[in-house]
Amino acid sequence: MPLPYYVSPEQMMKDKAEYARKGISRGRSIVALEYRDGILLVAENPSSLLHKVSEIYDRIAFAGVGKYNEFENLRIAGIRHADVKGYSYSRGDVTAKALANAYSQALGNIFTQDIKPFEVEVLVAEVGDDNGGRNEIYHILYDGTIEDERNYAAMGGQADEIRRFLKDHFKEGMTLDEALQLGVRALNVTQNKTLTERDLEVAVLDRTKTRRKFRRLPPEVLNTLLATAH
Amino acid sequence: MIEQPWQQVFQNYATSSFLEVLRRESPHMMPTPGLSGSAADVPHGTTVLALRFRDGVIMAGDRQATAGYQVASRRIDKVFKCDDLSGIGIAGAAGPAMEMAKLFQTELEHYEKVEGDNLSLEGKANKLSQMIRMNLQVAMMGLAVVPIFAGFDERAGVGRLFKYDITGGRYEEKDYDAQGSGSKDARDSLKKLWRREMYRDDALGVSLEALIDAADEDVGTGGPDLVRGIFPTVKTVTRSGFTDIGEDEVRRVCDAILKDRTQSEQGV
Repeated sequence: MPLPYYVSPEQMMKDKAEYARKGISRGRSIVALEYRDGILLVAENPSSLLHKVSEIYDRIAFAGVGKYNEFENLRIAGIRHADVKGYSYSRGDVTAKALANAYSQALGNIFTQDIKPFEVEVLVAEVGDDNGGRNEIYHILYDGTIEDERNYAAMGGQADEIRRFLKDHFKEGMTLDEALQLGVRALNVTQNKTLTERDLEVAVLDRTKTRRKFRRLPPEVLNTLLATAH
Repeated sequence: MIEQPWQQVFQNYATSSFLEVLRRESPHMMPTPGLSGSAADVPHGTTVLALRFRDGVIMAGDRQATAGYQVASRRIDKVFKCDDLSGIGIAGAAGPAMEMAKLFQTELEHYEKVEGDNLSLEGKANKLSQMIRMNLQVAMMGLAVVPIFAGFDERAGVGRLFKYDITGGRYEEKDYDAQGSGSKDARDSLKKLWRREMYRDDALGVSLEALIDAADEDVGTGGPDLVRGIFPTVKTVTRSGFTDIGEDEVRRVCDAILKDRTQSEQGV
């Protein structure tokens, strides 16, 4: 019988993390920005059918980068979690925090227990309500690490570079078109071509909407918003 | 039950149904049969109706819940939004009916979020029929739920309405329908007043006339309550969505109808 050869836990985690990071860095990026009326999510996504950004619940949105089948799986699990909770308690009791924790647990377990870690990062965003509620943006990594972000967040391929750009250029209380233009410029930083509305998937959590705050912005709307000069 | 390998492959991912998720993950929250005893004293919703007009459908319901010979509640709502393009009016045992409406709303929204697309109106109507069938055992003990489902069919570009029986039987009605204890009177009224291609204001008038007639003849149905200021709920479903008709407008139309009837000495 051949002896199973020994790999130190440290080395194993390192290998897994490297594997996951490699997978994620190959993918395209997503940015989230707080603006005056809510939260804006901008993804570089040439497909108009396979979404990276989507609705989870009334005030909660989801964004994922990395391997599509893996974050799609997480997205559906999130919708189930939220709908079951909202059905058994009340709609107001469904929070991004609980969902982000659930994702963190799930990804953490997969990372330590499965041979292959998920090559994904996800973002859970919740828009605050009109009377002073605060926006919440949670960023969950492939190994279950969870961070809460203020003002802006970026993940995917060259997230560090994008984050640096946003740190220098973000300002509070932007209008939707300002925020969108900033988001697109941030994604452009890492590109050697200019992104047009056809390469983008954009959605907002708009607190001025009633009940379901999530809204996708179709290319026509993006076009007009991007054309507004300041 | 032995599952085939291909079933395992899709087991976790193949359903867009909230009901399916609930059954698998939280079976204790399913609306369960297993009640016993008399159901006569449980609050029952009384009259709801739906009719087609030029832009879609209009749905209306009185506000009273009746338990036996008593008024259980004077201001319950019986017409609910299901999603942007459909609504449900409930008659029958109020508790199970409202639960069913809530479950149905969640079901539709769940599907929409998971699939990224809406169910067809036909699909929604079928789903509701399955949910009513689930309730059959309880219905046999007197807790029947018989909703009206109405909505705007985007593919066909028209408003459509469906009625159900307690076994989940689904019947599409062409022009109008009413359900609940005052439904016969409401239907009689609609039979005389309904016209093809009515404008919204006429349709509103006709639906309120029918509800007032039902309240007039049926003890369980509540009429416009001028003392407390409680008026029927009326909603429209058109291409542009599900809309409440404001209480002020309903009050105005009710006042006009009652005034008209007083003057003609027709009684209220």
